[in-house]
Amino acid sequence: MATFVFLYFAAVIVMAALLVVVVRNPIYSALSLLVMFFHVAGLYVTLHAEFLAAIQIIVYAGAILVLYLFVVMLLNVKREEQFNRQGPVALFLGVVLLTEAVLLTVSRGFTVGTPSPGREGPAVGNTESIGELLYSTYLFPFEIASLILLVAMIGAVILSKKGIMESQ
Amino acid sequence: MSVPVEFYMVLSGLVFIIGLVGVLVRKNLIIILLSIELMLNATNINFVAFSSHFGNLSGQVFVFFALTVAAAEVAVGLAIIIALYRHHASINVDDFRLLKW
Repeated sequence: MATFVFLYFAAVIVMAALLVVVVRNPIYSALSLLVMFFHVAGLYVTLHAEFLAAIQIIVYAGAILVLYLFVVMLLNVKREEQFNRQGPVALFLGVVLLTEAVLLTVSRGFTVGTPSPGREGPAVGNTESIGELLYSTYLFPFEIASLILLVAMIGAVILSKKGIMESQ
Repeated sequence: MSVPVEFYMVLSGLVFIIGLVGVLVRKNLIIILLSIELMLNATNINFVAFSSHFGNLSGQVFVFFALTVAAAEVAVGLAIIIALYRHHASINVDDFRLLKW
């Protein structure tokens, strides 16, 4: 049963990812990315990462994708050629990565380390334990993340101000 | 009966390769940023799968940080796209060759 659920989510994720790259209209591209985000969130739920599933929907689908759609509709680019001339490079890199992944899985016998015993599901809720970890072990990276967000905010405001590109 | 973690690795590898090929192949700057999101999501799937496999929550915390960085990247990237569009009236990557020799 769990395998069928996973296969459904995986199939939709891969198809939506392909559509993002292949489709000509940027709006359809963004919308199929939305489908992919929702299915990734579903995958997180099956993995017992409920907090991340909620964050995935709120932040990715709710904030980031709306920003993309705003920009797509603001710019309103109509006609454009779809692909550029880097096709051979992309094909080469994709094939190399794919063969590397296949070789690694074949040579290592397609196994990962066994899960460490005694660390089965946490007793408290998912959100609670993540919060505890975030405010104890990862306190410093957490503060750095807030700094990154501040820098991004200032950068976005300055970059989208009028006259920034024409000043030189 | 849970899904083996190797399935998640295969899925994440596939999505990552699709995103990589998308970054290299497309001309539209917005689609390139969307493909970067695809790659970030692929790594996030891997993080969560291993976090569940090893019963260690650190992987989920790292997904949280990756999400923060993705949000910052989108904000700055879209601002750059808008500034470029104001200047060149185009978001085709072939039109921006200022740094090419």
